[in-house]
Amino acid sequence: MNVTAAGYLYLLSAALFIFGLKRLSSPATARRGNQLAAAGMLLAVVVTLTDRQIVGYTTIIAGLVVGSGVGTVLARRVEMTAMPQLVAAFNGFGGGASALVAAVELLRDPASPLRTLVTIALSALIGAITFSGSFVAYGKLQGIVSGRPVTYPGQRFVDLVIAAATLALGGWLAATGSTTALWSLLGISLLLGVVRVLPIGGADMPVVISFLNSLSGVAASMAGFVIDSNALIISGALVGASGLILTNIMVKAMNRSLGNVLFAAFGGEAAEGGVGAEERTARSATPEDVAITLAYARSVIIVPGYGLAVAQAQHVLRELASALEARGVDVKYAIHPVAGRMPGHMNVLLAEADVPYDQLYDLEDINPEFAHTDVALVVGANDVVNPSAREDPSSPIYGMPILDVDQAEHVIVVKRSLSPGFAGIDNPLFYLDKTMMLFADAKKGLADVVSAIAEL
Amino acid sequence: MAELLIPITVFVLAAFVGFEVITKVPPTLHTPLMSGSNAISGITIIGAIIAAGEDVGAVGAVLGFLAVTFATINVVGGFLVTDRMLEMFKKDRP
Repeated sequence: MNVTAAGYLYLLSAALFIFGLKRLSSPATARRGNQLAAAGMLLAVVVTLTDRQIVGYTTIIAGLVVGSGVGTVLARRVEMTAMPQLVAAFNGFGGGASALVAAVELLRDPASPLRTLVTIALSALIGAITFSGSFVAYGKLQGIVSGRPVTYPGQRFVDLVIAAATLALGGWLAATGSTTALWSLLGISLLLGVVRVLPIGGADMPVVISFLNSLSGVAASMAGFVIDSNALIISGALVGASGLILTNIMVKAMNRSLGNVLFAAFGGEAAEGGVGAEERTARSATPEDVAITLAYARSVIIVPGYGLAVAQAQHVLRELASALEARGVDVKYAIHPVAGRMPGHMNVLLAEADVPYDQLYDLEDINPEFAHTDVALVVGANDVVNPSAREDPSSPIYGMPILDVDQAEHVIVVKRSLSPGFAGIDNPLFYLDKTMMLFADAKKGLADVVSAIAEL
Repeated sequence: MAELLIPITVFVLAAFVGFEVITKVPPTLHTPLMSGSNAISGITIIGAIIAAGEDVGAVGAVLGFLAVTFATINVVGGFLVTDRMLEMFKKDRP
């Protein structure tokens, strides 16, 4: 195929990506959108296979076959709760591929012009950081690597030295095209990805993944500069932008800044409970008490948190909601932007349990409703319903957007114990007069409530 | 670096398009958005295929093979898992 025809077809595939992303603006059209984007990718691959630079197909076909097999198995087998890890792993592979493309281009022509060498260096650097950083994030979320922030004395200094060395090697590579510089740059960038992600706590990993996703987009764009491909530049820029937006949404919902997430080793030490020590009692309830309160309510808002997913209780929650609806109770779900382990994760988990998406409400839409709701049922959520974020300026989460469940007439909290959430902050909600605590594993507790309602 | 002007222009304009399109995606679809856009970043598969098809010796062939494999995992896995998620999103049934 001649270069011009190929160029137009690449443009078409970039346009398909944009149409695909546009259709993600509604759950009704989203699946079609994803398929459009996949079709755009297939087109780009087919066009590339006719490229005149290609002299042998054996390696290409081997790679396509192995990659498709591994990708298909991973995508089919994954549990929906493990989605953040999977995205991290895929992201790592993408970054790794960009770094490798840059490496092969340098081997092909070490005497490339300066602009090519600069982009090769950037693509190798960003790609390698994305690769190692993503896999450390994967390890933390999967529990292979400790989720606690890994810190040691002098860490800032060591990080700074590694970062400076990375830049210096990048400069050397760009100036000389030396292969020694390439291998050293790849090595030290991999190291930089590891040392930058290790000190970040497990709870912050979704932000890291989103940020690395953005970086892998930028790495793809850089690879596009290297091989002069508009398709790569455009698609990479789209992904870079989407990753940045999601990162921003997450850090806002967690009341943090990106700098704070990346550099503060948050979530290591439990905050000193200043007011927690005084004697306050939480009211413990039986599944029967909870069943009665729910069954005779007119309206119930359910607030699911990550504890729900850990306990795999989304299906029994759906059963409870159906039982209540059968009794004429109006049921809605309130979803905090960081419920679950990544933005929108809880929506996926509930969709898996056949909860219709039009019953799910975002924070801004549902908050005004709590004040005229009979019961707020909190399952496995903690920090995102902590009124301290609104009322106590000394609280570390002060200013974080929360779901105002304390404004409902009654509050029921299903939770294993009174222990604080990952931020290590005590929750005054549990000690309100209107709050009933059902101390139980989410799945077991909700199942008991469902059977108690059946007996009413 | 006058030669970089056009690619950088394309990059910047595409980033603006990205911001416009992505801000319209509702929070309920943010997880599929992340995995779907992640699959799109697998576009580096184009570079990988070209790299693997060139004759740059044994080391180059190994790196090229790995590049295609990694990029394909990213692309195929990413689109499939996104499809699996979006398939589950249903409206209230009668």
